[in-house]
Amino acid sequence: MQLEEFLERSAGQSPDKIALVCGDQRLTYREIEEQCNRLAHALSAMGIRRGDRVAVYLDNSAEAVLSIFAVLKAGAVFLMVNPTTKTEKLAYILNNCRAAALMTHAKKLPVLKDGLHAIPHLQNIIVAGALTEAIENGAKRFANLNELLTQHRSSTRPPVKRNIDIDLAALIYTSGSTGNPKGVMMTHLNMVTAVRSITQYLENTGDDVILSALPLSFDYGLYQILMGFAAGATVILEPSFAYPQVILQKLSAENVTGFPLVPTMVALLLQMKGLLPGQFPRLRYISNTAAALPPSHIERLSALFPSTRIYSMYGLTECKRVSYLPPDQLSIRPSSVGKAIPNTEVYIVDEQGGRVGPGTVGELVVRGAHVMKGYWEKQDETDRVLKPGPLPGEKVLYTGDLFRMDEEGYLYFVGRKDDIIKTRGEKVSPKEVEAVLYTLPEVKEAAVIGVPDPILGQAIKAVVVLADGSALSDRDVMRHCAAHLEDFMVPKSVEFRASLPKTTTGKISKRELGLPMGGR
Amino acid sequence: MPSIEQQLREFVVNNFLFGQGGDQLSNRDSFLEKGIVDSTGVLELVAFLEEQYQIKIDDEELVPANLDSIDNLVRFIEKKSPTTR
Repeated sequence: MQLEEFLERSAGQSPDKIALVCGDQRLTYREIEEQCNRLAHALSAMGIRRGDRVAVYLDNSAEAVLSIFAVLKAGAVFLMVNPTTKTEKLAYILNNCRAAALMTHAKKLPVLKDGLHAIPHLQNIIVAGALTEAIENGAKRFANLNELLTQHRSSTRPPVKRNIDIDLAALIYTSGSTGNPKGVMMTHLNMVTAVRSITQYLENTGDDVILSALPLSFDYGLYQILMGFAAGATVILEPSFAYPQVILQKLSAENVTGFPLVPTMVALLLQMKGLLPGQFPRLRYISNTAAALPPSHIERLSALFPSTRIYSMYGLTECKRVSYLPPDQLSIRPSSVGKAIPNTEVYIVDEQGGRVGPGTVGELVVRGAHVMKGYWEKQDETDRVLKPGPLPGEKVLYTGDLFRMDEEGYLYFVGRKDDIIKTRGEKVSPKEVEAVLYTLPEVKEAAVIGVPDPILGQAIKAVVVLADGSALSDRDVMRHCAAHLEDFMVPKSVEFRASLPKTTTGKISKRELGLPMGGR
Repeated sequence: MPSIEQQLREFVVNNFLFGQGGDQLSNRDSFLEKGIVDSTGVLELVAFLEEQYQIKIDDEELVPANLDSIDNLVRFIEKKSPTTR
């Protein structure tokens, strides 16, 4: 089975049901299916072929959802680019996968204009919204999304399928420990397997109404659409969680049954003074992933949503999801992320790769049909995480996450093997931020660490040593970062020091940096 | 004393634009659409308003119509705190 068939099946079974609500737009399954078919034919007519990569650089919007399924229907591979990505990184990603087309919005063109010459493979740019200025850019072709839909209005049937389920469906770029983002290769089989497993334990049905304010560029956000469409449910897609009050109003108005969150969102909700227990009796489940909720938050969340099941989950982009805690276990072992999701096996290994028993900390290994094919054109990095499994020739995923298991087999997250920071639920490689800091001529040394933050989980902090005779303020540093990094990667604080602590091998000691000043 | 509009603009430019680019920001621009504030930005903004204008902001008031542009902020503050006019 291929990923776009989730949409096609639901459109066949309940064509007039509302599939997607985005602001004022309410689209039925039939409308989405037909629009996606038109757009898929338009992509094919442009020369997009099976296996070509097509980037989607759009805010959470109906156009973004249409783009995803249109790309799949055209037999191509989609990749979601965080809409706050700046020009250089966008160019890096599009060059890395040699994207053949880019779907974006007219308001993003000012950001894009200066970078397009640096993306030679990119031929087609499909623009949602009104094109307010004519764009001339060599051989690149610009097309307006609405005009394409009109041109292909009679093409309401899906194009002929050429893929099989081990073909790629998506590349999901994730912050790499080396600094450059890596494209996680997910096949149709990988993603269909993950969707089926997750919708099974969440017990999703066509009666569900899922509200998601998670970015579609974050796999947790992307899967809300995939899972909703697989179940024939309705998805309310919100552009942002900046105004929790607006989200809560929609929870009531739309009779929402499923509400995916990350700990930052939970912290924001719990700050609201007027939230009363039992206000949302229709809400069937809340899910949380990216990091464990603090026990006090679980307690308060359970009190505010007494009839709602709360799922603590754990996963990573490389296989989407690993484990979930059955809601009835939440009060018994609140800090556990549970057991393997259906059709997945997990175990913990020591440094030598030998399996360890309960209570011993080791690296978590994941086995299942949802494990990625590897990182796009990064064989060495792939080999570091996909290693031989129990069957001859089989590859299993080494997560880089340290875990322990209790006597009954429940999993507990202990920490990362590397220094990756988790902020607002998203992974940030300190190297990527440090590389941007080092482009400031005034910066002699820089180190980026995560510091505990009640809302963000970890807040990004830059510790900087300036070159002799240089002067910079924390604002200067943050402004520079904001001009080059996605919003969630920009340091929340900057500390200037005369020197950075070093290990005996001369490397900057992050561990010591994380301690309070003078707290050695 | 600077006007409310000037005070709010200064806060937004200093805290969300790191002190530069204020001339690109019109009073009507949506902070969300421009990518200027996220959820923690809204919290910082609310803390600033409560402190600066000695007001209490209810959950129901935490909506874009009150907070999502300099114009909206000015209108909201003038309504909440008539003495600051």
